[in-house]
This record gives sequence, structure tokens and C-alpha cells, in this order.
Amino acid sequence: MPNIVVLVKQVPDTNAPVSISGGAVDFSGMKMVMSPYDEFALEAALRHKEAAGGEVTAVTLGGAGADKILKDAKAIGADHIVRLDHDGWADSNAVQGALAAAIRDLGAEVVYCGKSAADTGAGSTGPGLAEHLGWASASNVLALDFGADVTATVPAEGGDARLSVSLPAVFSCDKGDLKVRKPNVKGIMQAKKATVDVRAAQVGASSVRVVSCALPPAKPEGKTFHGGAAAADVARLLREEANVL
Amino acid sequence: MTETIIIAEMNGGVVAPATAELVTAALALGGAPVLVVPCTDGASADAAGFAGVSRVIAAKSPVFSSYDAAAWAEAIDGIAPAGHVVALASSRSKDLAARLAARRGLPVVQDVVSIDGGQLTSPILSGKAMQTVAVDGAAVVTVRANVMAPAAAADADVSVVDASGDLKTAVLEVVARASARLDVAEANIIVSGGRGMGEPGNFRHLEALADTIGAAVGASRAAVDTWDEIPHSMQVGQTGKTVNPNLYIAVGISGAIQHLAGMRSSKYIVAINKDADAPIFKHADYGIVATWEEALPVLSDALAGMMS
Ligand SMILES: Cc1cc2nc3c(=O)[nH]c(=O)nc-3n(C[C@H](O)[C@H](O)[C@H](O)COP(=O)(O)OP(=O)(O)OC[C@H]3O[C@@H](n4cnc5c(N)ncnc54)[C@H](O)[C@@H]3O)c2cc1C
Repeated sequence: MPNIVVLVKQVPDTNAPVSISGGAVDFSGMKMVMSPYDEFALEAALRHKEAAGGEVTAVTLGGAGADKILKDAKAIGADHIVRLDHDGWADSNAVQGALAAAIRDLGAEVVYCGKSAADTGAGSTGPGLAEHLGWASASNVLALDFGADVTATVPAEGGDARLSVSLPAVFSCDKGDLKVRKPNVKGIMQAKKATVDVRAAQVGASSVRVVSCALPPAKPEGKTFHGGAAAADVARLLREEANVL
Repeated sequence: MTETIIIAEMNGGVVAPATAELVTAALALGGAPVLVVPCTDGASADAAGFAGVSRVIAAKSPVFSSYDAAAWAEAIDGIAPAGHVVALASSRSKDLAARLAARRGLPVVQDVVSIDGGQLTSPILSGKAMQTVAVDGAAVVTVRANVMAPAAAADADVSVVDASGDLKTAVLEVVARASARLDVAEANIIVSGGRGMGEPGNFRHLEALADTIGAAVGASRAAVDTWDEIPHSMQVGQTGKTVNPNLYIAVGISGAIQHLAGMRSSKYIVAINKDADAPIFKHADYGIVATWEEALPVLSDALAGMMS
């Protein structure tokens, strides 16, 4: 029975406006949530367990504030919740190294994560982690079938490819056809009582450092027209002014 | 002199035009640019020379016939020299970049939109902020399409090298998409419809316009969630695709923050919406306050006249 890990990350709510102070994003007062794609990863992990048995451990790398999303994962159905204690910046290599060490310790054979995190948008963790572990990976996963091997549907040139992936493997999940379940009352009660298994994170040195953050450059004021007939003017401007057609 | 490796963006076994933009990015990073063309047939690299590229390596291997992250990273790692690595920030190449970086013990910096004296800037928080980082030593860098000027084509000095890697996944089948349309993630022009289209059948008006101007058709999440006929593969935004086309035409889309997250970096945005207060207008270069029933036929006719 597979020992299943799902990676979850705490990120600012995607509805939250962003402000910058002193060259850094001001996170104070921002509502923090589980990164949206991680919800699909958690759903995939739970379905894998339902199909093949085993247990699901939700793992995050973060500070104490991230306990909340672990409890959310617990309420939805994760069996165990683990936080690798770390605050502050780490580059892709340092993050993946710490996660790889923890996944080896946990003895997992399959890892699910979101296809990218809503804060960085990078999408590096799944494939990078798989390389650190020497495992197979499939990214942008749209659908999964669980047998001896896992069959993953991913976008490919000319259509959607069905890939046979032998475990151990890392799957980075897109929204696809997964409808995520909501926590039930029992889950919420269990999550309240659950304790987070906090472990030291083995975060190596980073060779990338953040210099500064800024708001995106303001776009020049657009032109607004009223009435459908103006669409002809816009067509002309697209060619003559914007040069895009 | 150190070298900077450019991984050519491949599309159907052919070097994609966006590769020319990667050359500019590589020159900005410094080091002599070396273009690596992952291919099954060395001839794919024949016309892949660009001004500024010192040499072209056709990395020839059967593994490049379909994408397997582990095998591609291994095969490229085996033949590419050390140094920075530059690839396109397409979803496949971002995945490959992360694999290759981990394999070489390098950090990866994704979605770069500007390179300035060793400092790299990428959008974060779905484009609501820009983050600039500095890298100590070599890194793998992916660059967004349509942000760097393309390098000019030039003669290439191509060497064909056999590459190899172990496949970790096996393709069982490729199921062709229901429509033969261009994917939004690959398109330079996108026409997207939202809930304001009223019913899914009305997307045929968007398709007709898209055919005229060679565009892909996208959709908002409300459209995808409301109508079974509109597949998730068309969804643009936070939980759909992030797109960066030259032109994005949003029709009957309000411009929710999660939709903007996927398309706000488009070079030009046109919005058609009957509500003058719709948030999409704040981001539009050209806004048309009208119903699509009024505006779309006029736009389609005018563009058809121009394109013919
Ligand atoms: C976690 C999360 C993730 C999300 N991810 C995404 C995502 O990836 N992509 C996404 O798009 N959304 C996403 N959303 C949803 C988003 O918040 C909006 O609900 C959605 O974008 C609205 O789609 P819409 O603009 O088509 O619909 P609406 O907001 O209903 O807007 C319809 C618009 O059509 C206009 N209209 C109506 N009739 C006409 C007419 N005849 N002619 C012209 N205009 C007309 C109206 O004025 C209105 O502005 C997400 C939300 C959450 C919470």
C-alpha cells in the first residue's frame, strides 16, 4: 500500500491586493490560504489512497503560520500533517533539497503537488524534487488512473497524452477533471484536535537572493470607445497604432 | 570564455521562432551562446543559426520524440557544456528547466521578463508584483515569450551529437483534442469569451473571428464552469492557463483578478463589455463599451477586410 505525500504551500489569497513597502511585498494583513492547485493535488492523493490503500501525509515547508493549511488538509482527509520548520527565503535548489530529505525520511513512494504555487507561479518544485529523488515525474496532470502503475493524462503536442508512470513518482496537478471535496464536520473536528508534526528542515544554502520587489509598471491609460460601431476604429488602431495585426 | 546554453524551443520537431528571443536573453546574461537543439533528426538544426550564437549542437536522440522530463534532462545534461542555461517559459520547457537545474545542482529562475546586469526580474503573485533576484554563479533561466527582441537569423555551424537518457514514463496514447484549434498557451493572438456570451453556442462568433486573424479561442472560468461545451483546456487565469500573447481580445469577461492573473501581461488587450464599469476596462488598451452582439460583427468585418 503506497505511502502517499501531498505537498501544500501557504500563499496569499489570490483576491488580496498587493502592496509594497521598503522594496518587499507587505504580507501583513494578507489572508493566507492553501495554494489553489495544491487542493487538486490533495484530492488526487486522497483518490490514490481510496484506490490503492495506504496513508496520505500532507507536508509543508514554512513557519508556524503555515500550520493552518495543514489543518485544512487534515480536515479534508489527510492522515498525517508534517511541517518542515523554515522561515524566510530559499531558492529552488534549497527548497527541493529540504523536501527531498523529508520525503526520504517519510519513506514515501508517490508525491502529489500543485502544478505551480500561486505566489511564485514557478512550477519548479514537482519536477525538481523528482530529479533530486531520482524519480519519474509528470506535470500539468489533468486526470489520473490508479493501477499497479499510475496513468496520468497530461497536455502534449497535438492533444492529451496518457502516460504510464511507474512509482516512485512525483505528479504536479492541474485543475483538470478533479472536483475537490469539501471538509465535513467530522474532519473539521479531527483537524481541530490534530497536532502538527514539526520537524527541522534541512535547507541548504541559496545562490539566488531577492534584491527587491516592485509593483508592475503602470500601463499607459487605454482608449475607451462607446457603441459597437467603434469596433471598426479599434480594428484600424490594432494595425496602425499597436502594429499587432 | 564561459558559455551560455540555449535550449531551442521545439514545436513538432521544428525550432520554434521564439528561440530567437532566447538568444537575446542569453547575450544579456553573458557568456558565449551555444544553441542546443533537442531533436530526433540532426537536420532539425540546419536552419537554427542566429546572430551572436557561437555554435549549434543538434542533440540527437529518440527520447526527444515525445516529452519525458527525466530523459530530456539527462540527455541535454550529457551533451551541454557548463554555464547558464536559457529556455523558453512555456509549460514544457519550465518543467524541463526545473529538472535540468536540479540535475546540475543549479537554481532555476522561471518566467523572467527582464535581464539587467546579472539581475533577473519575474512576475510574482500572478503578476501583481515584480520580483528582482541576483544569482551567484550559474543558473537555469526561463524567459517569457514576447518580451525580448528576436535575434536575426544567421548561418549556423552545426555539430550533430548523439544524446541519451532513460525514459521514466511511457506514452500509452495521445488523444487528439476535440477541436483542431490552436491552444491558447501557444497562440500569439487570443479571443476569449466569458459568461457574457450568454450561451456556449455563441462562441462560434468568437471562433469565426479567431479564424480570420489566426487566433486561439480562450474562456473565463465562469464560462468553463457554466457550460460543458467549453472545456477547461480553454480556461485562462489563475486556475487555467497563463498566456502572454501579442493581442488578447476579451469578450463578455468582467476582468476578475483571477482572470487578469492569466492574461494581464498580454502586450495589447482589447475588451468588449456592455458594462462601462467592468474592471477589464482598467487593463484594456482599447475598450469598447457595447454588447458583443453589436460590436463583434463590426470588429470581425473590419478585421476580415484588413486581413484579406
Ligand atoms: C481560487 C479561484 C480561482 C479562479 N480562477 C479563475 C481562472 O483561472 N480564470 C477565470 O477566468 N476566473 C477564475 N476565477 C473566477 C473569477 O473570480 C470570476 O468569477 C470569473 O473570471 C468571471 O468570469 P466572467 O468574467 O466570464 O463572468 P462575469 O464576472 O459574470 O462577467 C460577465 C461579464 O459579461 C458582461 N456581459 C454580459 N452580457 C454581455 C453582452 N451581451 N455583451 C457584452 N458583455 C456582456 C457583463 O457586463 C460582465 O462584465 C477564480 C476564482 C477563484 C476564487
